[in-house]
Order: sequence, then structure tokens, then C-alpha cells
Amino acid sequence: MKNTFIAQNPSVLWFLLALGLFSIGVTALSEVSGVGVISTSFVKVLGKMLCLCLIAIAMDVVWGYCGILSLGHFAFFGIGGYAVGMWLMYARTEGIVLESLSTQVIPPTPQEISDAIGNQIFGVVGSSDFPMIWSFADSLFLQLLMVVLIPGLLALVFGWLAFRSRVTGVYLSILTQAMTLALSLYLFQNDSGLRGNNGLSGLQNIPGFEATSQATLSIAFFLASSFALAAGYVFFAWVVSGKMGSVVKGIRDNEARVRFLGYHVESYKLFVFTITAIVSGIAGALYYPQAGIINPGEIAPIASIYLAVWVAIGGRGRLYGAVIGAALVSLLSSWFTGGGAPNINLGFYTVNWTDWWLVLLGFSFVAVTLFFPKGIGGLFDYLVRKPQ
Amino acid sequence: MSMLLEVDGVSVSFDGFRAINNLSINFGKTELRAIIGPNGAGKTTFMDIVTGKTKPDEGSVIWGDMNISLLGMSESRIAMEGIGRKFQKPTVFEAQTVRQNLAMALKNPRGPFAVLTHRKTAENARKIEAVAAEIGLADSLTRLAGELSHGQKQWLEIGMLLAQEPRLLLVDEPAAGMTVEEREKTTDILRRAAQTRAVVVVEHDMEFVRRLDCKVTVLHEGAVLAEGSLDYVISNPRVIEVYLGRADA
Repeated sequence: MKNTFIAQNPSVLWFLLALGLFSIGVTALSEVSGVGVISTSFVKVLGKMLCLCLIAIAMDVVWGYCGILSLGHFAFFGIGGYAVGMWLMYARTEGIVLESLSTQVIPPTPQEISDAIGNQIFGVVGSSDFPMIWSFADSLFLQLLMVVLIPGLLALVFGWLAFRSRVTGVYLSILTQAMTLALSLYLFQNDSGLRGNNGLSGLQNIPGFEATSQATLSIAFFLASSFALAAGYVFFAWVVSGKMGSVVKGIRDNEARVRFLGYHVESYKLFVFTITAIVSGIAGALYYPQAGIINPGEIAPIASIYLAVWVAIGGRGRLYGAVIGAALVSLLSSWFTGGGAPNINLGFYTVNWTDWWLVLLGFSFVAVTLFFPKGIGGLFDYLVRKPQ
Repeated sequence: MSMLLEVDGVSVSFDGFRAINNLSINFGKTELRAIIGPNGAGKTTFMDIVTGKTKPDEGSVIWGDMNISLLGMSESRIAMEGIGRKFQKPTVFEAQTVRQNLAMALKNPRGPFAVLTHRKTAENARKIEAVAAEIGLADSLTRLAGELSHGQKQWLEIGMLLAQEPRLLLVDEPAAGMTVEEREKTTDILRRAAQTRAVVVVEHDMEFVRRLDCKVTVLHEGAVLAEGSLDYVISNPRVIEVYLGRADA
């Protein structure tokens, strides 16, 4: 089984090799190894990039393979981030509160401790009570379970309603976008229980590892992201190869034919939508401890549209294409918007890349769609002749 | 002899237009049947009703030895019951190989998890090769379906239906756009298929129907106008009036 799977998908081996070398290289050049060519902040950029690659392959499976243009997968990403962020914030605040209360003569009651933590976390939105959704915030295990369960359940319920009604094409895209927008707007509310537009912050501080330097933590998260991407890649490559891949691509190309062959198309769409949502949640849970902060703006529909742009530029319908697109565009994006690109003085006007990057990205998207519909990944077709 | 499919008193209207009007039609377990009729006679709507795409306003559609009703079943469920449908326009999965197309159609468990853990077996490979030989595509198994000629795509789609091992095959205008030679081959495939199952062919082309040499049902305004051999129905004055007469004019 393993042999035939790898034999039929040689790109999986090449990808794992490249990712392995990249991970070893970055670790060797980081501050942890003492070389320090790659700064800790750049390790975080690369670690975040790997998480974006992970959600990009999930997007590629749902869109490039199954033909569902979901504009909601970044919502699942954000939910994963919030779920793990709640524990990070709670556990860290608890540590600080306990330390400050330990100097008091009379030992504090559990109620006092809870109030103090609530005050610390929710003071910013004028509250000190723990909302119900924080019930499990003290348990890392349960919050990690939420990373998988909440995106999975949301996708299952939403997908069931949408697919059962045979909503397809652009209408489905609009529906997923509406879901994302609704979630984002809800989270912006101060009484949403997740600190409104302040979001959750200080997520780069991992409770229990206060003594560990950020350099070490950043490499740990980078390698964890790398491992998650490798596992996700192999998993999705397995899903879209073989007969499942045939059916899923068949649904993309001609849904009615698949239905009249006796396949229950809605179940397949639901399956693909849900597993990709779960992987998106996992990617988000790894991303936000590296970003340090999450707020509702991250979930806004525009993020999910970017995701589609990455996949389109990288090449739909091939997993490595999605990785290339997400890696390239997210790195270029942080270079351009981070002031890395020199401004161009035209005499009468100065092209400031912080503003013009989006225009450039827009033009690239149009150009790729018009001239390279297979994306950057399509260039590999010229190098490798597919054995048929 | 009990029937394979009994359609009884079925009517359906679209925006007040009665596409099917109290239609009753039966098919035996092994028979070849041609359905002809002018445009708008309800031929395609009839297929839509049997395959679950359209829900009739009234009437019953009874299937198989257990006399179960097909009404209210989903398209995929009806397909699993053993009704295969070929569309008018050839619809194969062009981005996939002939082998993959046939493998998808083979009669195997259809649930997502069964498909995810599906493994290739020698038994399935043998079935695929047998179907490919039947439709004359034995040498093309590794070709992409999109590279096939129009006629070959039609055969591939018929092959996919055969791979499903259906008990009833509904075939919509299989000869459209085919050369004379291709038509002959298509006739052979359909006639062989009808030896072990029911095959219903909707066709406009009289020559093709004549070659099928089978019982003919003439539909008109959503109901059966005449039934019998081709020579019998085309000598029927009402058929001549509504169909052939108009076609000749």
C-alpha cells in the first residue's frame, strides 16, 4: 500500500525531502544553533509561512480538487487560533495572578483568584466575569480538542445545510463568505466573550516555559509547523489519490454524472469540507502562538480571499502548487508591506510598496488567471512528463 | 411475468405546462426498447422522473421484484438500486483516464469511507478490462478520456453504465453525432447489453431505431401514443399525424 502510494505520487517524496532540508537549514542557521544568520523574528515569519502553506493545501483540496470555492476557511483557521489562545492567555494570567497574590498574608480564596484572573483578561472590555465559552480554558487538553472539534462541527453543520440544499458555485462562495463575515463581526463585539477587537494577546509566551528563550520557542514552533505541514501533505495526498481522488475530481468536473453513478455527492462534499476545516483549525492553532496576537480582523473575509489567491497563483489541483503559492506570496507580502522593498521615486510620484503591494498582487492574480491558468506549479509540467 | 419497472399514471407539470400527462409504461427484465417522439413529447422528463431528478405530481413508479417505489429516493440511491443513465451529451470525466472512469463506475461500495480505503483488486481490474473490451477501448485504458473521439466518449459512457451492473439502462440519444460505422457498433453494444438486462433507448433517428430491431413506444404530449414493432407504429395513422407526418412535411 505504502509502496504503491509513494510510487504513484513521487512528488510527495520530493516535497518531504525539500521540507526536511529547509527545516534543518533554518534550524542550523538560527540563533538556537549559535550561528544566528536567521533572526528569531524571521524564524517566526517562516514558521507562520509553513502554517499558511498547511491551510493552503487544505484550500487546494476543497477548491482545486473538489471544486468548492470556499471563502470561509480562514474562519476555521481563526477559530483554531482562538481556541489555543484562550488557554495560553488564561494559563499565563493565572500564573501572574497567583504570584502577585502569594505575598498576601491571608491566602486568597479560589473565588478571589478567579475574579483576579477575570479582571486581568476582561478588564479591557469592562468586565471581569468569565463567559461560558471560557469554561475549559484552564485545560490545555480540552482547548486543543476544541481546535479540532469546533471547526469540524461548524463545517459539518454549515456544509450539511448548504450542500443538502444543493447550493453550488458562486452562491456557495457567497454563503461561506457570509459565514466568515458574521463570525468576524460577532467577535468584534465586546460582549462576545473573546475581548472584542482587542483579541487575545501575549500568545508568544508559553505557560510553563517562562524560562525558555523566544529563540528556542520559535524554533520549536517552526519545527512543529513543519511537521504538521508534512503530515497534512501526506494525508491530503493520500486522500486525493486513488479512488477517492477520482470521485472528488469527478464532482468538480461533473457533479450530475457522479450522482447518477450512484455516489451520494453531498456526503463527499461534506467529508472534504469538514476534514479541510479541521486541518485549517490545526494550522491556525500553530500560527497564532508564533504571531503572538489574534483579533477578529484576522477572520475577516479578505483573509479567505487571499487564501484563494495564493492557491490560484501557486496552481490549483496540485498540492505542491498550493504550498508554492502560499509560501511565495506570504513572504513577498511581508517583504513588501514590512518596508523591505525600496520605494521607487518616479520624480512626480513615489511608489510606496506598502500601499502598492496589493495592486501588484492584484495584477499578478489577473495575469496568472489569464496567462498561466495552471499557476506556478504548472511550470513543473514542462520539467516532468507525467508517466501515463 | 413480473415487470422490472412499472410507471403508472404519472403526471408532472412545469409552470402549468403538462410535460408528462398520465403516463403509464412498463419494462420487462430483459428487453430492448426504443422510445421515440417529437420534441417536447416528454422523453427526457420521463427519464428524469425514473432517475429521481424530477418529482412527479402524481402517479407511481414501482421497481424490481420487491415492488418498491422509486419516488422520494435520491438520484444516487436510485442508481444504486440498479438504474443507469446515459446523458444525451457524452459526459465522461475528461481529466481522468479511461481506466479511472470505469473504476469509478464499477459496482462497489459507494460511501466516502469505503471509497477512501478502497484498494485495487485483480477482480476489479479484470472487470474493467472486460468492459473496456466490450466497448472497444481495451487499448485506450491509460488514455485521458478527454483525448477520445466523440464516438469513443459515448462508448465510454455506455461502458461506465455497464460497469455499474445496472438492471435497467436508460440511454438518451446514443447515436447523436456518430458516423455510420460507429452507429453500427453502438447498436451491437446495446443489443448485447439487452440480453441480460432492460435497455431503454430514447432516439430521434429512425434508421438507428430500425437497426435496434425492438419494440417501440411512441410518446406524444407526455403520454403513450402507440406501442409495438417499428413497422406497426409507423403505420399507425395517429403516429403519422403527430410525428412522421410533421417530420415529412
